[in-house]
Amino acid sequence: MSPDSPLLSLHAAFTRQFFRHMRSLMASPADVANPLLFFFMVVTLFPLGLGPDPERLAAIAPGILWVVALLASLMVSAKLFASDFEDGSLEQLALAPYPLAVLVLAEVAAHWLTTGFLLALVSPLFAIMLGLPEQGLTTLVVSLLFGTMCLTLIGAVGSALTVSIRRGGLLLSLLIIPLNVPVLIFGTTAVAEAVMGGNPASWLALLAGLALGSLVITPLAMGAALRVSLDS
Amino acid sequence: MYFDSLSAVWFMDGHGFYVWLAYALTAIPLALTVWLPIKRIRQHWRWLQAEQRRAASASLTGTNEAGV
Amino acid sequence: MWSIIHKMGSPPWFFRFSGTLVRWLLPVTISLLLVGAFWGLLVAPPDFRQGNSYRIIYIHVPAAVVALAGYYVMALAGAVSLIWRIKMADITMRAAAPVGAVLTAIALVTGAIWGKPTWGAWWVWDARITSMLILFFLYLGVVALFQAYENKTAAARACAVLSLVGTVNIPIIYKSVDWWYSLHQPASIKFTGESAIDSSMLYPLLLMILAFYCLFALTVLLNMRADLVWAHRESSWLKQLAGGA
Repeated sequence: MSPDSPLLSLHAAFTRQFFRHMRSLMASPADVANPLLFFFMVVTLFPLGLGPDPERLAAIAPGILWVVALLASLMVSAKLFASDFEDGSLEQLALAPYPLAVLVLAEVAAHWLTTGFLLALVSPLFAIMLGLPEQGLTTLVVSLLFGTMCLTLIGAVGSALTVSIRRGGLLLSLLIIPLNVPVLIFGTTAVAEAVMGGNPASWLALLAGLALGSLVITPLAMGAALRVSLDS
Repeated sequence: MYFDSLSAVWFMDGHGFYVWLAYALTAIPLALTVWLPIKRIRQHWRWLQAEQRRAASASLTGTNEAGV
Repeated sequence: MWSIIHKMGSPPWFFRFSGTLVRWLLPVTISLLLVGAFWGLLVAPPDFRQGNSYRIIYIHVPAAVVALAGYYVMALAGAVSLIWRIKMADITMRAAAPVGAVLTAIALVTGAIWGKPTWGAWWVWDARITSMLILFFLYLGVVALFQAYENKTAAARACAVLSLVGTVNIPIIYKSVDWWYSLHQPASIKFTGESAIDSSMLYPLLLMILAFYCLFALTVLLNMRADLVWAHRESSWLKQLAGGA
């Protein structure tokens, strides 16, 4: 890059935005740990509510783990753009000479790495607590990796739509829960299939397809939604 | 015509309650969705006409905002 | 072609045009509904397996069909409003959302009532009922998002984005719920498909579907007119119309 051209390439702008957001997320480790703690605590509630029978817990473990992952992603999506909106850095992003969709995607990627990605990595721990058979563990991690990608991207659209609304939290869940239904179905089915000894590959492929599709479509929606929120 | 008496229409071989309940619970909200906007249009319209009369009488007596 | 679109975007022209249309559509819709209901309730033969409870199909299926189509109408209007910034498209979208939500609710309620004599339970997690429930949430989301914004221009654009995302998602949701149901389907509950529907039952059904489409168009037009009158209460063309009446 020559010194007289002030513009970074799109790629460089993306990376810079990504690391900037990553640093600000890492600045408060408690915020990173919160969703994991939430996951842990809600998983604990199920044996207390349903009784400790290992067989019954194992049978519904895929569903529990996936529903709790969905709720955790719902919780963190609510504040995805909130601080950026309040301190005005979102406005700066919108004025930057790059497509807003790309810059926002960089933020969402950083967000996913500190929430969904971590959650997928630690999920076997909670799965073992619920007695999920071992043959389902790998599928659980892979399905959550792709699945949380979808959940985060869809959640980001919801967050972009509601960021300018006071008390938008409940509205956000109304907006994105119906959109997350396919992710939940594919995810739980993949894990259940693996537990029963079947081949979950086709369900995982569907999840990966959903993740790719969301990766293409949702940034555009986020960009448009953020511009609406900034205008209102 | 399938039924041969009015009570048969009501009873529908034991399914009358469900069928008529379903039709009633459809008819009421549908009637409301048609009637509510009509009512809203009428209200707005009456407000508009009242506004016109007010403006007309104000300009006749010469006491409108412009003072002419 | 373009002149028609241009005219559609002009409130005075649309107000006059929709007025004539509504005056025709109202009696047509009411008579279609009455004839269809009479035919379906009293004339058509009962189903050989479900008896008379199947007559709920004449409101359940049309409501479901038009509710789904209504979402696409709403999303299409949203796309037009986002791309060309046509005010009339905003108004169409805003008018369609509550009507679609009501139709979805009707499909759900009639489905539940139909379920009682057929399956012995008010609510069964059947594939079609579940997809309808999700469609209902999608509609509620649009309605609630519109209410939440104070600036109604921004509200319309936000709803347009949401309904477009929903439109991409609806086929996936329907397909996934289908698979989910076929995987978990209990053997005791099996629903007879409509593939073998007799023409004596099919014709009133088609008539009712047509009637519900007319009803959807009618209520959307009425809602649009109500919004238009209020939005243009200060403009001269409307004052002339009101003064001349």
